[in-house]
Amino acid sequence: MELPLWEVFVRSKQGLDHKHVGSLHAADSKQAIQMARDVYTRRQEGVSIWIVPSQAITASDPSDKDSLFDPMADKVYRHPTFYTIPPEIGHM
Amino acid sequence: MSAHLRYVLQLADTNLVWSHRLSEWCGHGPVLEEDIALANMGLDTLGQARLLYAHASTLENKGRSEDDFAYFRAAPEYLNFTIAELANGDYAHTMVRNLFLAMYFKLLWKAQLASSDAVLGEIAAKAVKESTYHVRHATDWVVRFGDSTPEARLRVEAALAELWRFTTEFFSIIAENAPIYAAGIGVNLRELEAQWTEEIHAVLNEATLEVPATSAFRSTGKQGVHSEALSVLLAEMQSLARAHPGAKW
Repeated sequence: MELPLWEVFVRSKQGLDHKHVGSLHAADSKQAIQMARDVYTRRQEGVSIWIVPSQAITASDPSDKDSLFDPMADKVYRHPTFYTIPPEIGHM
Repeated sequence: MSAHLRYVLQLADTNLVWSHRLSEWCGHGPVLEEDIALANMGLDTLGQARLLYAHASTLENKGRSEDDFAYFRAAPEYLNFTIAELANGDYAHTMVRNLFLAMYFKLLWKAQLASSDAVLGEIAAKAVKESTYHVRHATDWVVRFGDSTPEARLRVEAALAELWRFTTEFFSIIAENAPIYAAGIGVNLRELEAQWTEEIHAVLNEATLEVPATSAFRSTGKQGVHSEALSVLLAEMQSLARAHPGAKW
């Protein structure tokens, strides 16, 4: 049985965002929601589920990794680590 | 046995036996997601059975535990609906059976919230959410089977034809049960039957399936008269507890 693949996103009780938790095969989005409920929320992981067809996702090519991400490695000035935090702020 | 205890055991036994049939799918589901779904539902129904056995133990007041009820009673002492004990068939068979049983329990628990037995009302409040999901799951599959390929349709039609006649038992009032309806412990079975029939007809209609003809057959599980399938089921389910009484694991 070859069913389309779906990506599953679950929002936890504490979180505001839906996090990617995995994927599954289902005949359509309605069935995918049900299956996601059974597979990914059995241990009270979530209060909301999003389903996205896997083929709707355009992914970056792993072979482009060098050109896409390595140039950021030496640009430490983009990190806000050069500010002095006033002591009354404590840990941020 | 009081009519009250008998009623609670009928509900408990139906849930335990059906939970066992669902658990038999573990490792045999058509896809991983369904395998987990059936195990989840089996655990839901087992949980409902446990609460009911604990209540039965209190009503009986003879110190019998949940395990005593489950593992140390023979088939004629079991009071489950016959439909719950039948051997598993294909997936359509299980989905149709779960549709019938889950729809019955969803509506029963809703009505049972107002029972004069407050403990049954509390159990109903927890169970109704679970049964509502079971109905949703089973409905989805029955509609898919009915309205998809010729093979799927043949299978769901065969399941309907085999299982429909066992549903009459849900709504028949037997003499032993009469006092619990008078006492407001049980729910109005005529209303329950009307709701169940309407909801099931709606599902079958959506699935483009025919409602099977009513038959004169009456199953008698809730009176303790069972098909041979129950003895086979109990022999397996009870073997460990009987070989090692009191064992802990």
